[in-house]
Amino acid sequence: MRDAELRLGARTLWSGLDLDVAPGEFVAVLGANGSGKTSLLRAILGQHPLAAGEIRFAGEPVHRGDRRIGYVPQQRGQDPAMRIRGRDLVRLGVDGERWGPGWPSAARRAHVDGLLEAVGATHYARVPVSLLSGGEQQRLRIGQALAGDPLLMLCDEPLGSLDLRAQRVVSELIDRHRAERGFGVLFVTHDVNPVLGMVDRVLYLAGGRFRIGTADEVLTSEVLSELYQAEVDVIRTHGRVIIVGAPDHSHHEHEHHGGAA
Amino acid sequence: MSDWWNALFDFSDYGALLALLHNSILAGAVLGIAGGLIGVFVMTRDLAFAVHGISELSFAGAAAGLLFGVGVVEGSIIGSLAAALIIGLLGSRARERNSITAVLMPFGLGLGILCLALYPGRASTKFGLLTGQIVAVDDPQLGWLAFVCGVVVLGLLVVWRPLSFASLDPEVAAARGVPVRGLSIVFMLLLGLAVAASIQIVGALLVLSILVTPAAAALRISSSPLWVPLLSMAFALVSLVGGILLALGSSVPISPYVTTISFLIWGVCVLASRRRKDRRTLVAREVAA
Repeated sequence: MRDAELRLGARTLWSGLDLDVAPGEFVAVLGANGSGKTSLLRAILGQHPLAAGEIRFAGEPVHRGDRRIGYVPQQRGQDPAMRIRGRDLVRLGVDGERWGPGWPSAARRAHVDGLLEAVGATHYARVPVSLLSGGEQQRLRIGQALAGDPLLMLCDEPLGSLDLRAQRVVSELIDRHRAERGFGVLFVTHDVNPVLGMVDRVLYLAGGRFRIGTADEVLTSEVLSELYQAEVDVIRTHGRVIIVGAPDHSHHEHEHHGGAA
Repeated sequence: MSDWWNALFDFSDYGALLALLHNSILAGAVLGIAGGLIGVFVMTRDLAFAVHGISELSFAGAAAGLLFGVGVVEGSIIGSLAAALIIGLLGSRARERNSITAVLMPFGLGLGILCLALYPGRASTKFGLLTGQIVAVDDPQLGWLAFVCGVVVLGLLVVWRPLSFASLDPEVAAARGVPVRGLSIVFMLLLGLAVAASIQIVGALLVLSILVTPAAAALRISSSPLWVPLLSMAFALVSLVGGILLALGSSVPISPYVTTISFLIWGVCVLASRRRKDRRTLVAREVAA
Protein backbone atom coordinates (compact mmCIF):
# COMPACT_ATOMS: atom_id res chain seq x y z
CA MET A 1 0.00 0.00 0.00
CA ARG A 2 1.41 3.36 -1.03
CA ASP A 3 0.23 6.76 0.13
CA ALA A 4 -3.30 5.38 0.38
CA GLU A 5 -6.24 7.57 1.28
CA LEU A 6 -9.76 6.34 1.94
CA ARG A 7 -12.87 8.48 2.15
CA LEU A 8 -16.35 7.55 3.26
CA GLY A 9 -18.61 10.27 1.90
CA ALA A 10 -17.05 13.58 2.93
CA ARG A 11 -15.06 12.04 5.76
CA THR A 12 -11.45 11.02 5.27
CA LEU A 13 -10.86 7.85 7.26
CA TRP A 14 -7.11 7.85 6.77
CA SER A 15 -4.57 9.19 4.30
CA GLY A 16 -0.89 8.83 3.47
CA LEU A 17 -0.97 5.22 4.59
CA ASP A 18 2.07 3.14 3.58
CA LEU A 19 1.85 -0.49 4.54
CA ASP A 20 3.74 -3.55 3.36
CA VAL A 21 2.72 -7.01 4.45
CA ALA A 22 5.41 -9.56 3.72
CA PRO A 23 4.61 -13.24 3.10
CA GLY A 24 4.24 -14.97 6.46
CA GLU A 25 3.92 -11.70 8.35
CA PHE A 26 1.22 -11.24 10.99
CA VAL A 27 -0.05 -7.65 11.21
CA ALA A 28 -2.74 -6.69 13.71
CA VAL A 29 -4.99 -3.76 12.80
CA LEU A 30 -6.21 -1.93 15.89
CA GLY A 31 -8.20 1.20 16.46
CA ALA A 32 -11.45 2.76 17.55
CA ASN A 33 -14.79 1.88 16.03
CA GLY A 34 -15.28 3.79 12.79
CA SER A 35 -11.56 4.39 12.30
CA GLY A 36 -11.66 2.55 8.97
CA LYS A 37 -10.39 -0.92 9.90
CA THR A 38 -13.06 -2.83 8.00
CA SER A 39 -12.86 -0.29 5.15
CA LEU A 40 -9.14 -1.04 4.89
CA LEU A 41 -9.97 -4.70 4.24
CA ARG A 42 -12.68 -3.70 1.76
CA ALA A 43 -10.15 -1.56 -0.10
CA ILE A 44 -7.70 -4.46 -0.32
CA LEU A 45 -10.53 -6.67 -1.60
CA GLY A 46 -11.07 -4.13 -4.38
CA GLN A 47 -14.56 -3.28 -3.14
CA HIS A 48 -13.84 0.24 -1.94
CA PRO A 49 -11.82 2.47 -4.29
CA LEU A 50 -9.11 4.62 -2.75
CA ALA A 51 -9.36 8.41 -2.94
CA ALA A 52 -5.61 8.54 -3.52
CA GLY A 53 -2.62 6.23 -3.65
CA GLU A 54 -2.64 2.60 -4.64
CA ILE A 55 -2.74 -0.93 -3.30
CA ARG A 56 -0.72 -3.59 -5.04
CA PHE A 57 -0.96 -7.28 -4.35
CA ALA A 58 1.64 -9.73 -5.68
CA GLY A 59 2.92 -7.02 -8.00
CA GLU A 60 -0.40 -5.94 -9.50
CA PRO A 61 -3.08 -3.44 -8.49
CA VAL A 62 -5.75 -5.16 -6.42
CA HIS A 63 -8.96 -6.18 -8.13
CA ARG A 64 -12.25 -7.74 -7.08
CA GLY A 65 -12.48 -11.46 -6.61
CA ASP A 66 -8.80 -12.39 -6.32
CA ARG A 67 -8.81 -15.99 -5.12
CA ARG A 68 -5.40 -15.55 -3.54
CA ILE A 69 -6.83 -13.25 -0.89
CA GLY A 70 -8.65 -15.18 1.83
CA TYR A 71 -11.36 -13.36 3.76
CA VAL A 72 -12.82 -14.20 7.16
CA PRO A 73 -15.79 -11.81 7.58
CA GLN A 74 -17.10 -10.37 10.81
CA GLN A 75 -19.53 -12.77 12.49
CA ARG A 76 -23.16 -11.75 12.38
CA GLY A 77 -25.83 -13.55 14.33
CA GLN A 78 -28.39 -13.81 11.56
CA ASP A 79 -26.43 -14.79 8.49
CA PRO A 80 -28.39 -16.96 6.09
CA ALA A 81 -25.25 -19.11 6.15
CA MET A 82 -26.28 -20.24 9.63
CA ARG A 83 -28.89 -22.53 8.09
CA ILE A 84 -26.50 -24.69 6.07
CA ARG A 85 -24.12 -27.42 7.21
CA GLY A 86 -20.50 -26.72 8.02
CA ARG A 87 -19.07 -28.60 5.06
CA ASP A 88 -21.35 -26.71 2.67
CA LEU A 89 -20.06 -23.42 4.04
CA VAL A 90 -16.47 -24.54 3.39
CA ARG A 91 -17.50 -25.81 -0.04
CA LEU A 92 -18.71 -22.34 -1.05
CA GLY A 93 -15.11 -21.22 -0.70
CA VAL A 94 -13.86 -24.02 -2.98
CA ASP A 95 -15.88 -23.35 -6.13
CA GLY A 96 -18.80 -21.11 -5.13
CA GLU A 97 -17.92 -18.42 -7.66
CA ARG A 98 -17.94 -20.71 -10.70
CA TRP A 99 -20.90 -20.94 -13.06
CA GLY A 100 -23.02 -24.04 -13.49
CA PRO A 101 -24.73 -26.32 -11.01
CA GLY A 102 -21.55 -28.02 -9.72
CA TRP A 103 -22.62 -31.67 -9.82
CA PRO A 104 -21.28 -33.80 -6.97
CA SER A 105 -17.65 -34.79 -7.56
CA ALA A 106 -15.14 -36.93 -5.69
CA ALA A 107 -12.31 -34.43 -6.24
CA ARG A 108 -14.23 -31.60 -4.63
CA ARG A 109 -15.38 -33.80 -1.77
CA ALA A 110 -11.75 -34.70 -1.09
CA HIS A 111 -10.76 -31.00 -1.22
CA VAL A 112 -13.49 -30.06 1.27
CA ASP A 113 -12.55 -32.99 3.53
CA GLY A 114 -8.93 -31.85 3.49
CA LEU A 115 -9.90 -28.29 4.49
CA LEU A 116 -12.18 -29.54 7.28
CA GLU A 117 -9.34 -31.71 8.53
CA ALA A 118 -6.91 -28.78 8.41
CA VAL A 119 -9.08 -26.69 10.74
CA GLY A 120 -10.18 -29.60 12.92
CA ALA A 121 -13.85 -29.36 11.92
CA THR A 122 -14.32 -32.85 10.50
CA HIS A 123 -16.44 -34.27 13.30
CA TYR A 124 -19.06 -31.53 13.23
CA ALA A 125 -19.06 -30.86 9.47
CA ARG A 126 -22.56 -32.29 8.98
CA VAL A 127 -24.19 -30.26 11.74
CA PRO A 128 -26.00 -27.04 10.70
CA VAL A 129 -23.82 -24.00 11.42
CA SER A 130 -26.47 -22.46 13.68
CA LEU A 131 -26.04 -25.29 16.22
CA LEU A 132 -22.27 -24.74 16.54
CA SER A 133 -20.38 -22.58 19.01
CA GLY A 134 -18.75 -19.33 17.90
CA GLY A 135 -15.30 -20.91 17.89
CA GLU A 136 -16.45 -23.85 15.77
CA GLN A 137 -18.08 -21.46 13.31
CA GLN A 138 -14.84 -19.46 13.04
CA ARG A 139 -12.87 -22.63 12.26
CA LEU A 140 -15.24 -23.30 9.37
CA ARG A 141 -14.77 -19.71 8.19
CA ILE A 142 -11.01 -20.18 8.26
CA GLY A 143 -11.37 -23.45 6.33
CA GLN A 144 -13.48 -21.61 3.76
CA ALA A 145 -10.86 -18.87 3.42
CA LEU A 146 -8.04 -21.42 3.05
CA ALA A 147 -9.85 -22.99 0.06
CA GLY A 148 -8.29 -20.54 -2.41
CA ASP A 149 -4.70 -21.24 -1.23
CA PRO A 150 -4.37 -17.61 -0.14
CA LEU A 151 -1.17 -15.56 -0.15
CA LEU A 152 -2.83 -13.03 2.13
CA MET A 153 -5.47 -13.60 4.77
CA LEU A 154 -7.83 -10.80 5.81
CA CYS A 155 -9.59 -11.41 9.12
CA ASP A 156 -12.26 -8.98 10.34
CA GLU A 157 -12.73 -9.26 14.11
CA PRO A 158 -12.38 -13.06 14.03
CA LEU A 159 -12.33 -13.13 17.83
CA GLY A 160 -15.43 -10.99 18.36
CA SER A 161 -18.01 -12.61 20.64
CA LEU A 162 -15.74 -15.56 21.48
CA ASP A 163 -14.82 -16.62 25.00
CA LEU A 164 -11.16 -16.50 26.02
CA ARG A 165 -10.47 -20.16 25.32
CA ALA A 166 -12.02 -19.99 21.85
CA GLN A 167 -10.11 -16.76 21.18
CA ARG A 168 -6.87 -18.57 21.82
CA VAL A 169 -7.82 -21.63 19.76
CA VAL A 170 -8.91 -19.55 16.77
CA SER A 171 -5.93 -17.19 16.79
CA GLU A 172 -3.51 -20.11 17.17
CA LEU A 173 -5.20 -21.86 14.24
CA ILE A 174 -4.69 -18.82 12.02
CA ASP A 175 -1.11 -18.44 13.22
CA ARG A 176 -0.31 -22.12 12.63
CA HIS A 177 -1.55 -21.98 9.03
CA ARG A 178 0.31 -18.71 8.51
CA ALA A 179 3.53 -20.44 9.56
CA GLU A 180 2.84 -23.59 7.51
CA ARG A 181 1.60 -21.97 4.33
CA GLY A 182 3.51 -18.71 4.59
CA PHE A 183 0.67 -16.30 3.88
CA GLY A 184 0.54 -12.77 5.29
CA VAL A 185 -2.19 -11.97 7.80
CA LEU A 186 -4.05 -8.71 8.35
CA PHE A 187 -5.94 -9.23 11.56
CA VAL A 188 -8.51 -6.61 12.55
CA THR A 189 -9.26 -6.72 16.25
CA HIS A 190 -10.22 -4.36 19.04
CA ASP A 191 -8.31 -6.38 21.61
CA VAL A 192 -4.67 -7.14 20.83
CA ASN A 193 -4.04 -9.39 23.81
CA PRO A 194 -5.10 -12.77 22.35
CA VAL A 195 -2.63 -12.27 19.46
CA LEU A 196 0.04 -10.26 21.28
CA GLY A 197 2.52 -13.15 21.15
CA MET A 198 2.00 -13.67 17.41
CA VAL A 199 1.98 -10.23 15.86
CA ASP A 200 5.02 -9.04 13.95
CA ARG A 201 3.68 -5.52 13.62
CA VAL A 202 0.70 -3.43 14.64
CA LEU A 203 -1.21 -0.87 12.58
CA TYR A 204 -3.08 1.46 14.88
CA LEU A 205 -5.78 3.68 13.32
CA ALA A 206 -7.37 6.52 15.26
CA GLY A 207 -8.84 9.90 14.43
CA GLY A 208 -7.62 9.89 10.81
CA ARG A 209 -4.04 9.25 11.98
CA PHE A 210 -2.17 5.98 12.14
CA ARG A 211 1.03 4.42 13.42
CA ILE A 212 2.79 1.27 12.25
CA GLY A 213 5.44 -0.63 14.14
CA THR A 214 6.05 -3.48 16.52
CA ALA A 215 3.63 -3.83 19.42
CA ASP A 216 6.25 -2.39 21.77
CA GLU A 217 6.75 0.67 19.59
CA VAL A 218 3.09 1.46 18.97
CA LEU A 219 1.33 0.43 22.15
CA THR A 220 2.74 3.10 24.41
CA SER A 221 1.06 5.95 26.25
CA GLU A 222 2.93 8.58 24.19
CA VAL A 223 2.07 7.15 20.77
CA LEU A 224 -1.61 6.50 21.52
CA SER A 225 -2.06 9.86 23.27
CA GLU A 226 -0.74 11.51 20.15
CA LEU A 227 -2.98 9.43 17.87
CA TYR A 228 -6.11 10.12 19.89
CA GLN A 229 -5.09 13.69 20.75
CA ALA A 230 -6.16 12.87 24.28
CA GLU A 231 -4.67 11.53 27.48
CA VAL A 232 -4.38 7.77 26.92
CA ASP A 233 -2.57 5.40 29.27
CA VAL A 234 -1.15 2.07 28.20
CA ILE A 235 -0.66 -0.27 31.10
CA ARG A 236 1.35 -3.45 30.72
CA THR A 237 0.73 -6.10 33.28
CA HIS A 238 1.39 -9.86 33.27
CA GLY A 239 2.22 -9.73 29.57
CA ARG A 240 -1.08 -8.06 28.73
CA VAL A 241 -1.77 -4.62 27.36
CA ILE A 242 -4.56 -2.50 28.79
CA ILE A 243 -5.49 0.75 27.09
CA VAL A 244 -7.20 3.26 29.33
CA GLY A 245 -8.89 6.47 28.25
CA ALA A 246 -9.11 5.96 24.49
CA PRO A 247 -12.42 7.46 23.33
CA ASP A 248 -15.05 4.80 22.45
CA HIS A 249 -12.39 2.13 22.70
CA SER A 250 -11.68 1.83 26.39
CA HIS A 251 -15.17 0.46 26.96
CA HIS A 252 -14.42 -2.72 25.03
CA GLU A 253 -11.11 -3.18 26.73
CA HIS A 254 -12.64 -2.94 30.16
CA GLU A 255 -15.29 -5.42 29.23
CA HIS A 256 -12.73 -7.93 28.05
CA HIS A 257 -10.48 -7.64 31.00
CA GLY A 258 -13.40 -7.70 33.36
CA GLY A 259 -14.20 -11.08 31.83
CA ALA A 260 -10.61 -12.22 32.16
CA ALA A 261 -10.24 -11.36 35.81
CA MET B 1 -73.25 -33.85 2.26
CA SER B 2 -73.08 -36.42 -0.54
CA ASP B 3 -73.63 -33.59 -3.03
CA TRP B 4 -70.55 -31.89 -1.69
CA TRP B 5 -68.62 -35.11 -1.82
CA ASN B 6 -69.63 -35.65 -5.44
CA ALA B 7 -68.62 -32.10 -6.30
CA LEU B 8 -65.21 -32.67 -4.72
CA PHE B 9 -64.43 -36.21 -5.82
CA ASP B 10 -66.04 -37.82 -8.84
CA PHE B 11 -64.06 -40.58 -10.46
CA SER B 12 -66.69 -41.87 -12.94
CA ASP B 13 -65.41 -41.96 -16.54
CA TYR B 14 -61.99 -41.32 -15.08
CA GLY B 15 -60.08 -43.04 -17.87
CA ALA B 16 -61.75 -40.95 -20.56
CA LEU B 17 -61.10 -37.75 -18.60
CA LEU B 18 -57.50 -38.70 -18.05
CA ALA B 19 -56.95 -39.09 -21.79
CA LEU B 20 -58.64 -35.77 -22.37
CA LEU B 21 -56.67 -33.89 -19.76
CA HIS B 22 -53.21 -35.37 -20.05
CA ASN B 23 -52.02 -31.92 -21.15
CA SER B 24 -53.01 -30.50 -17.75
CA ILE B 25 -51.06 -33.22 -16.01
CA LEU B 26 -47.97 -32.55 -18.10
CA ALA B 27 -48.34 -28.85 -17.38
CA GLY B 28 -48.52 -29.61 -13.68
CA ALA B 29 -45.40 -31.75 -13.84
CA VAL B 30 -43.39 -29.13 -15.72
CA LEU B 31 -44.48 -26.39 -13.35
CA GLY B 32 -43.75 -28.58 -10.34
CA ILE B 33 -40.14 -29.02 -11.39
CA ALA B 34 -39.53 -25.32 -12.07
CA GLY B 35 -41.49 -24.10 -9.05
CA GLY B 36 -39.91 -26.55 -6.63
CA LEU B 37 -36.44 -25.65 -7.85
CA ILE B 38 -36.79 -21.87 -7.67
CA GLY B 39 -38.58 -22.17 -4.33
CA VAL B 40 -35.31 -23.19 -2.68
CA PHE B 41 -33.82 -19.79 -3.52
CA VAL B 42 -37.04 -17.98 -2.61
CA MET B 43 -36.56 -19.43 0.88
CA THR B 44 -32.82 -18.81 1.25
CA ARG B 45 -33.17 -15.26 -0.10
CA ASP B 46 -36.19 -14.62 2.10
CA LEU B 47 -38.41 -13.57 -0.81
CA ALA B 48 -41.74 -15.21 0.09
CA PHE B 49 -43.51 -11.90 0.49
CA ALA B 50 -41.98 -10.55 -2.73
CA VAL B 51 -43.38 -13.60 -4.57
CA HIS B 52 -46.85 -12.62 -3.43
CA GLY B 53 -46.29 -9.05 -4.57
CA ILE B 54 -45.06 -10.15 -8.00
CA SER B 55 -48.07 -12.43 -8.42
CA GLU B 56 -50.55 -9.58 -7.81
CA LEU B 57 -48.91 -7.43 -10.47
CA SER B 58 -48.80 -10.44 -12.75
CA PHE B 59 -52.55 -10.79 -12.16
CA ALA B 60 -52.98 -7.14 -13.13
CA GLY B 61 -51.01 -7.81 -16.31
CA ALA B 62 -53.08 -10.88 -17.13
CA ALA B 63 -56.34 -8.99 -16.53
CA ALA B 64 -55.15 -6.13 -18.71
CA GLY B 65 -54.11 -8.65 -21.36
CA LEU B 66 -57.61 -10.09 -21.28
CA LEU B 67 -59.27 -6.67 -21.48
CA PHE B 68 -57.16 -5.33 -24.33
CA GLY B 69 -57.03 -8.63 -26.20
CA VAL B 70 -53.24 -8.92 -25.92
CA GLY B 71 -53.49 -12.32 -24.28
CA VAL B 72 -53.54 -13.46 -20.67
CA VAL B 73 -50.17 -15.16 -20.87
CA GLU B 74 -48.34 -12.23 -22.44
CA GLY B 75 -49.97 -9.83 -19.99
CA SER B 76 -49.08 -11.89 -16.94
CA ILE B 77 -45.45 -12.25 -18.05
CA ILE B 78 -45.13 -8.50 -18.62
CA GLY B 79 -46.71 -7.76 -15.23
CA SER B 80 -44.49 -10.29 -13.46
CA LEU B 81 -41.26 -9.09 -15.01
CA ALA B 82 -42.11 -5.45 -14.29
CA ALA B 83 -42.84 -6.21 -10.63
CA ALA B 84 -39.75 -8.41 -10.29
CA LEU B 85 -37.54 -5.67 -11.75
CA ILE B 86 -39.00 -2.95 -9.52
CA ILE B 87 -38.57 -5.06 -6.39
CA GLY B 88 -35.11 -6.23 -7.48
CA LEU B 89 -33.81 -2.77 -8.33
CA LEU B 90 -35.29 -0.80 -5.43
CA GLY B 91 -35.23 -3.33 -2.64
CA SER B 92 -31.78 -4.72 -2.06
CA ARG B 93 -32.32 -4.79 1.71
CA ALA B 94 -35.06 -6.94 3.22
CA ARG B 95 -36.84 -4.05 4.92
CA GLU B 96 -36.97 -1.87 1.79
CA ARG B 97 -38.06 -4.85 -0.23
CA ASN B 98 -40.95 -5.61 2.08
CA SER B 99 -42.25 -2.06 2.00
CA ILE B 100 -41.97 -1.87 -1.80
CA THR B 101 -43.79 -5.20 -2.10
CA ALA B 102 -46.51 -4.01 0.26
CA VAL B 103 -46.97 -0.87 -1.85
CA LEU B 104 -47.07 -2.77 -5.16
CA MET B 105 -49.43 -5.50 -4.02
CA PRO B 106 -52.70 -3.59 -3.49
CA PHE B 107 -51.92 -1.44 -6.52
CA GLY B 108 -51.61 -4.52 -8.72
CA LEU B 109 -54.68 -6.17 -7.28
CA GLY B 110 -56.74 -2.99 -7.71
CA LEU B 111 -55.57 -2.54 -11.29
CA GLY B 112 -56.44 -6.16 -12.06
CA ILE B 113 -59.91 -5.83 -10.54
CA LEU B 114 -60.51 -2.69 -12.58
CA CYS B 115 -59.55 -4.47 -15.82
CA LEU B 116 -61.75 -7.46 -14.98
CA ALA B 117 -64.70 -5.22 -14.10
CA LEU B 118 -64.44 -3.59 -17.52
CA TYR B 119 -64.02 -6.92 -19.31
CA PRO B 120 -67.32 -8.04 -20.84
CA GLY B 121 -66.46 -11.75 -21.18
CA ARG B 122 -67.14 -14.84 -19.07
CA ALA B 123 -66.97 -14.54 -15.32
CA SER B 124 -65.21 -17.88 -14.76
CA THR B 125 -62.22 -16.73 -16.79
CA LYS B 126 -61.95 -13.67 -14.56
CA PHE B 127 -62.20 -15.64 -11.36
CA GLY B 128 -59.71 -18.20 -12.66
CA LEU B 129 -56.88 -15.67 -12.81
CA LEU B 130 -57.10 -15.21 -9.06
CA THR B 131 -57.88 -18.70 -7.83
CA GLY B 132 -56.90 -21.08 -10.60
CA GLN B 133 -58.89 -22.85 -13.26
CA ILE B 134 -60.41 -26.16 -14.21
CA VAL B 135 -60.09 -25.64 -17.91
CA ALA B 136 -58.08 -28.08 -19.96
CA VAL B 137 -54.65 -26.87 -21.04
CA ASP B 138 -54.46 -26.83 -24.84
CA ASP B 139 -51.35 -27.61 -26.88
CA PRO B 140 -50.08 -24.06 -27.47
CA GLN B 141 -50.66 -23.24 -23.80
CA LEU B 142 -48.68 -26.31 -22.74
CA GLY B 143 -46.00 -25.34 -25.23
CA TRP B 144 -45.37 -21.90 -23.76
CA LEU B 145 -45.64 -23.19 -20.20
CA ALA B 146 -42.96 -25.78 -20.96
CA PHE B 147 -40.85 -23.08 -22.62
CA VAL B 148 -41.09 -20.65 -19.69
CA CYS B 149 -40.41 -23.39 -17.14
CA GLY B 150 -37.49 -24.60 -19.26
CA VAL B 151 -35.98 -21.12 -19.25
CA VAL B 152 -36.38 -20.95 -15.46
CA VAL B 153 -34.76 -24.34 -14.85
CA LEU B 154 -31.89 -23.82 -17.30
CA GLY B 155 -31.29 -20.29 -16.03
CA LEU B 156 -31.12 -21.56 -12.45
CA LEU B 157 -28.71 -24.34 -13.36
CA VAL B 158 -26.34 -21.87 -15.04
CA VAL B 159 -26.22 -19.48 -12.05
CA TRP B 160 -26.66 -22.19 -9.39
CA ARG B 161 -23.30 -22.02 -7.60
CA PRO B 162 -22.69 -18.26 -7.60
CA LEU B 163 -26.36 -17.66 -6.74
CA SER B 164 -26.09 -20.05 -3.79
CA PHE B 165 -22.90 -18.32 -2.68
CA ALA B 166 -24.46 -14.87 -3.00
CA SER B 167 -27.65 -15.97 -1.22
CA LEU B 168 -26.03 -17.81 1.67
CA ASP B 169 -22.83 -15.88 2.23
CA PRO B 170 -23.07 -12.51 0.43
CA GLU B 171 -20.00 -10.87 2.02
CA VAL B 172 -17.51 -13.59 1.16
CA ALA B 173 -19.18 -14.07 -2.23
CA ALA B 174 -18.59 -10.39 -3.02
CA ALA B 175 -15.00 -10.71 -1.82
CA ARG B 176 -14.56 -13.62 -4.22
CA GLY B 177 -15.82 -11.52 -7.10
CA VAL B 178 -19.32 -12.98 -7.43
CA PRO B 179 -21.54 -10.33 -9.10
CA VAL B 180 -23.97 -10.29 -6.17
CA ARG B 181 -26.13 -7.44 -7.43
CA GLY B 182 -26.33 -8.64 -11.03
CA LEU B 183 -27.28 -12.15 -9.89
CA SER B 184 -30.01 -10.71 -7.72
CA ILE B 185 -31.61 -9.03 -10.76
CA VAL B 186 -31.24 -12.17 -12.88
CA PHE B 187 -32.87 -14.18 -10.13
CA MET B 188 -35.78 -11.75 -9.83
CA LEU B 189 -36.43 -12.05 -13.58
CA LEU B 190 -36.43 -15.87 -13.40
CA LEU B 191 -38.74 -15.61 -10.41
CA GLY B 192 -41.07 -13.34 -12.41
CA LEU B 193 -41.27 -15.98 -15.14
CA ALA B 194 -41.99 -18.75 -12.63
CA VAL B 195 -44.75 -16.66 -11.05
CA ALA B 196 -46.34 -15.95 -14.44
CA ALA B 197 -46.34 -19.69 -15.20
CA SER B 198 -47.80 -20.61 -11.80
CA ILE B 199 -50.65 -18.13 -12.12
CA GLN B 200 -52.03 -19.97 -15.14
CA ILE B 201 -52.54 -23.12 -13.08
CA VAL B 202 -53.21 -22.17 -9.46
CA GLY B 203 -54.13 -18.49 -9.76
CA ALA B 204 -52.50 -15.34 -8.44
CA LEU B 205 -53.62 -15.74 -4.82
CA LEU B 206 -52.23 -19.25 -4.43
CA VAL B 207 -48.83 -19.00 -6.13
CA LEU B 208 -47.06 -19.37 -2.78
CA SER B 209 -48.32 -22.96 -2.51
CA ILE B 210 -45.99 -23.87 -5.40
CA LEU B 211 -43.11 -21.43 -5.01
CA VAL B 212 -42.75 -21.47 -1.23
CA THR B 213 -44.53 -24.35 0.55
CA PRO B 214 -42.62 -27.26 -1.09
CA ALA B 215 -39.22 -25.64 -0.48
CA ALA B 216 -40.18 -24.73 3.08
CA ALA B 217 -41.17 -28.36 3.66
CA ALA B 218 -37.91 -29.65 2.15
CA LEU B 219 -35.82 -27.30 4.31
CA ARG B 220 -37.61 -28.66 7.37
CA ILE B 221 -36.28 -32.16 6.88
CA SER B 222 -32.92 -31.62 5.17
CA SER B 223 -30.07 -29.13 4.98
CA SER B 224 -28.18 -30.90 2.21
CA PRO B 225 -27.56 -28.76 -0.90
CA LEU B 226 -28.44 -31.79 -3.02
CA TRP B 227 -31.51 -33.12 -1.22
CA VAL B 228 -33.29 -29.84 -0.53
CA PRO B 229 -33.84 -28.98 -4.22
CA LEU B 230 -34.66 -32.59 -5.11
CA LEU B 231 -37.21 -32.91 -2.32
CA SER B 232 -38.68 -29.51 -3.05
CA MET B 233 -39.20 -30.45 -6.70
CA ALA B 234 -40.73 -33.80 -5.70
CA PHE B 235 -43.13 -32.09 -3.26
CA ALA B 236 -44.23 -29.47 -5.81
CA LEU B 237 -44.66 -32.16 -8.45
CA VAL B 238 -46.76 -34.38 -6.17
CA SER B 239 -48.90 -31.42 -5.09
CA LEU B 240 -49.60 -30.27 -8.64
CA VAL B 241 -50.04 -33.59 -10.40
CA GLY B 242 -51.91 -35.07 -7.42
CA GLY B 243 -54.14 -32.02 -7.25
CA ILE B 244 -54.93 -32.17 -10.95
CA LEU B 245 -55.69 -35.92 -10.79
CA LEU B 246 -58.07 -35.41 -7.86
CA ALA B 247 -59.72 -32.43 -9.50
CA LEU B 248 -60.31 -34.06 -12.88
CA GLY B 249 -63.82 -35.31 -12.22
CA SER B 250 -64.93 -32.55 -9.88
CA SER B 251 -66.55 -29.23 -10.58
CA VAL B 252 -64.11 -27.40 -8.30
CA PRO B 253 -60.93 -25.59 -9.48
CA ILE B 254 -57.58 -27.38 -9.24
CA SER B 255 -56.17 -24.96 -6.70
CA PRO B 256 -57.78 -26.17 -3.44
CA TYR B 257 -56.48 -29.69 -4.10
CA VAL B 258 -52.99 -28.43 -4.88
CA THR B 259 -52.82 -26.13 -1.86
CA THR B 260 -54.18 -28.82 0.47
CA ILE B 261 -51.71 -31.47 -0.67
CA SER B 262 -48.76 -29.09 -0.45
CA PHE B 263 -49.89 -27.97 3.00
CA LEU B 264 -50.23 -31.58 4.19
CA ILE B 265 -46.71 -32.39 2.94
CA TRP B 266 -45.41 -29.38 4.84
CA GLY B 267 -47.28 -30.49 7.96
CA VAL B 268 -45.76 -33.97 7.80
CA CYS B 269 -42.28 -32.46 7.33
CA VAL B 270 -42.74 -30.19 10.34
CA LEU B 271 -43.69 -33.17 12.50
CA ALA B 272 -40.75 -35.17 11.15
CA SER B 273 -38.33 -32.29 11.73
CA ARG B 274 -39.34 -32.02 15.40
CA ARG B 275 -38.16 -35.54 15.98
CA ARG B 276 -35.00 -34.96 13.96
CA LYS B 277 -34.16 -31.76 15.79
CA ASP B 278 -34.23 -33.50 19.16
CA ARG B 279 -31.78 -36.04 17.83
CA ARG B 280 -29.58 -33.39 16.21
CA THR B 281 -29.31 -31.20 19.26
CA LEU B 282 -28.19 -34.31 21.07
CA VAL B 283 -25.51 -34.96 18.45
CA ALA B 284 -24.36 -31.35 18.61
CA ARG B 285 -24.11 -31.57 22.39
CA GLU B 286 -22.07 -34.74 22.21
CA VAL B 287 -19.77 -33.11 19.67
CA ALA B 288 -19.31 -30.07 21.87
CA ALA B 289 -18.65 -32.19 24.94
